Amino acid sequence: MTGSVMPPSQSPWNVHRASVTAIHDEAPGVRTYNVTLADKRLRNCYSFAPGQFNMLYVPGVGEAAISISSDPDKPQVLQHTVRAVGNVTNSLAQAQIGDELPFRGPYGAAWPVEDCQGKDLVIAAGGIGLAPLRPVIHYIINRRHAFGRVWVLYGSRTPSDLIYQDQFDGWRAHGIEVLTIVDRADDNWKGPIGVVPDLLRQVTVSQPATLFTCGPEIMMRFVILGALNMGWQEHQVFLSLERNMNCALGFCGHCQFGPEFICKSGPVFNYRRIEPYLRLEDL
Amino acid sequence: MAAVRKKKLAVFKFASCDGCQLSLLDCEDELLQLAEAIEIAYFLEARSQQLPGPYDIGLVEGSITTPHDRARIQEVRQKCHRLVTIGACATSGGIQALRNWADHDEFLNYVYAKPGFIDSLATSTAISDHVRVDYELRGCPVNKHQLLQVVSAFARGLKPQLPTYSVCVDCKREGTVCVAVSQGVACLGPVTQAGCGGALCPTHHRECFGCFGPQEMPNPASLSARYKSQEVDSPRLVRLLRNFNSNAPAFRDEGNRLSG
Amino acid sequence: MAKVDNARSGGYAQGEKAWMAKNALDDLIQALRRRGYRTVLPRVSEGAIVYADAKNTDNLPIGVLDAQDGGTYRLSQTDEDTYFDYVVGPHSLKNYMFLPREPVLSGKRVDGKWHFSTPQDPPEPLAVIGVRSCDLHALAIQDKVFLQGEYVDAAYQARRAALFLVAVNCRRALATCFCHSMGTGPALDQGYDLALTELGGNEEEGGFVVAVGTDSGGDVLSEVPTREATKAEISKAQEQVRQLAQELEQRDCGPADAAPSASDLPRQRQLDTGGIRDLLLNNLEHTQWEDVAERCLACANCTLVCPTCFCSSVEEISDLTGEEVRRERVWSSCFTAEHSYMNSGVVRQNTKARYRQWLVHKLATWIDQFDVSGCVGCGRCITWCPVGIDLTEEVAAIRGDQS
Repeated sequence: MTGSVMPPSQSPWNVHRASVTAIHDEAPGVRTYNVTLADKRLRNCYSFAPGQFNMLYVPGVGEAAISISSDPDKPQVLQHTVRAVGNVTNSLAQAQIGDELPFRGPYGAAWPVEDCQGKDLVIAAGGIGLAPLRPVIHYIINRRHAFGRVWVLYGSRTPSDLIYQDQFDGWRAHGIEVLTIVDRADDNWKGPIGVVPDLLRQVTVSQPATLFTCGPEIMMRFVILGALNMGWQEHQVFLSLERNMNCALGFCGHCQFGPEFICKSGPVFNYRRIEPYLRLEDL
Repeated sequence: MAAVRKKKLAVFKFASCDGCQLSLLDCEDELLQLAEAIEIAYFLEARSQQLPGPYDIGLVEGSITTPHDRARIQEVRQKCHRLVTIGACATSGGIQALRNWADHDEFLNYVYAKPGFIDSLATSTAISDHVRVDYELRGCPVNKHQLLQVVSAFARGLKPQLPTYSVCVDCKREGTVCVAVSQGVACLGPVTQAGCGGALCPTHHRECFGCFGPQEMPNPASLSARYKSQEVDSPRLVRLLRNFNSNAPAFRDEGNRLSG
Repeated sequence: MAKVDNARSGGYAQGEKAWMAKNALDDLIQALRRRGYRTVLPRVSEGAIVYADAKNTDNLPIGVLDAQDGGTYRLSQTDEDTYFDYVVGPHSLKNYMFLPREPVLSGKRVDGKWHFSTPQDPPEPLAVIGVRSCDLHALAIQDKVFLQGEYVDAAYQARRAALFLVAVNCRRALATCFCHSMGTGPALDQGYDLALTELGGNEEEGGFVVAVGTDSGGDVLSEVPTREATKAEISKAQEQVRQLAQELEQRDCGPADAAPSASDLPRQRQLDTGGIRDLLLNNLEHTQWEDVAERCLACANCTLVCPTCFCSSVEEISDLTGEEVRRERVWSSCFTAEHSYMNSGVVRQNTKARYRQWLVHKLATWIDQFDVSGCVGCGRCITWCPVGIDLTEEVAAIRGDQS
């Protein structure tokens, strides 16, 4: 399932008018913005697949590729969870409800959620890397019976950096195991201290299962290494990569990673496909 | 996004020709817009009213050449939330950094009847050799459009995004023929940062003089080896490198290497 | 109305061949201009042959020859009456189809509401005269990028549809040419409206055998004084093209490291493309990348003169009030830090990584992406590299010492 709203005859640079309809603080420097398309007809035909991203546009500042983090079955309201790190995202951090937030999209390849049906699924995320995986969780909850056992293994630097904390119990209520871990605990932290790959050992799945991972590249590498050591096969692993996505159309060349354009054939890849290129840090 | 308090701008002069701060006044069409967007709180060349610090944005022109200025830049730094150097003098020491390779006392004795009254340093150095600098705007002089972009970015709380790649990129975008390749002219374009406005000198069939200093990943050793193989001698290359940005590290080191 | 005294009535069909006297080239230009084409022709400017707008053939570089080698380009004037015996200059069709700077979006805030628009003006029809086989292949490669992917670059598409190409068969090959290695020349085989093969020089009456590539080419030609080409003319033209191809192929027969010690003549380029994709992808950590990084200026010239390189960046331009904004796409390069910049840092932090990205993309991963090499063997990247880095030598060095 791949979403699209752009007829090919139009300029692919055009933006959809949209505005911020809610803002939710997730963690220090991280907010979720609800974005609603201005055009009602467009709002009703817009669709996206879990793992896809939009190019959010702050006029006068620029665009940023931000994954969609909301429920793919409810695309009338789109959520984007954004960490303020660059010019565009820092400007977004100043946004107020009602501000215009034009965007174009959706773009990119999705998590293969349909192929995972009937099987166990492990979702391993670090930091804000949980954002592009949340649509997967929504998708599963909306058709829970179609999936086997589901784990969310999630880590961050500190407990306050864990995003979507208020939703973990809701996910658990739908039979999803949510395990969290942090690098540095605070006084209230009662969970384990360590890194996401440490959580893998607590997981027992019926193979063939599937692993989705998103987070810092170093974290993903160790998650995958851990999984392979536990007997997972390369083709069972999918990961979402990040590069400089300037156009999202396959025109600008910025997001190349070996033979791949991350904006076109990614950001979600099967591990086996890109494994040879992950070994070089400056590729 | 929400309206915020107007940012206060100050302009400070050190050893320089005033050309860079004049670029700000040269922004005729945009000057009124600029004055609406920010408060010009301290700018001796433009306004007699002097508002006290602290300032949100301090633009510093000129290099450090006297003990007095060496102390004054510390005060300026303390008064400015963001400190931006404007031009080659402030960013690398400027043309006057040529004194770094000369005998300072001999100059004093030659030029001044009573050199004892002169209290200057033997070197001309960049502002960043003395205090922390938030952004460096290159050029001799600066490009007024870049200057406006930088002020506008800081006024809006953004990081300025100016090119740091080579002059060649601008030459090719303009369709300008490379003078180094087609005429064998020793041009500094490949090692110099773009920004002068469409590769000014090559567009006028001249070699680039490096006014904007070294590009982000300069390789002057390879370029001078090439020019030497085309019978451009080392003294000529040293003169080319020791120009407006003689003290910028990449140019300085290569100039020193070539002059042995 | 058109003066078509000698023009053959009824026009020419695709595949037909005509004979056109040299002075009738100007009639061809005028026929194109009457049809509303902006006409671009070669001319000498700043010591090189560039493309420039021209209303007639007055500034054609007649008798001008180019000599090229790594990092050098020189022109010489002969007294030959040859129109197109120079080979390739720094410009290519890229300068006209994938524009160096082009607006993609503009926005204006009126009463607190943003209004956005994309450029809608139809492009001026453009005719380019003098393009070579390598350049037509390069254009076909850029078409794959901008027209044949998931998204279509509408502005490029419109310019492309309004493009008329008068191509020329090369009669000379430069030391930097290696189209024969890339299968892109020297003979014209596709992509033109009209293809000229220049015959003769000072000694005999000069003219062009004109091959008609498209119906619109035939239509335009019908307004130009021409006659049907004779069998002799056609076979002479074919023989001329065949000879040049043979001359290039013979480069491959010499020893790979033939020492040019006997003369100062530049090395005649060729590129062994056998298994080149795997060769490069299996040698991403070869020491040659460090070697070339010592010489490479990271100035980006190679990428910008390359007729297939398509990297770009979008610049956000705003007035000081922020009420009026513009987004412009500009040529960019994988040799810049900006190209691989992410908020977490620059991915390709050194020249080694950037040169490797360029060469591996051009000659290897391009094949994965577009089913074709990104190199057409025009040699521009060799000539216009200020320090004369030669990709054929870099590949040969890796091939000679591969892992």
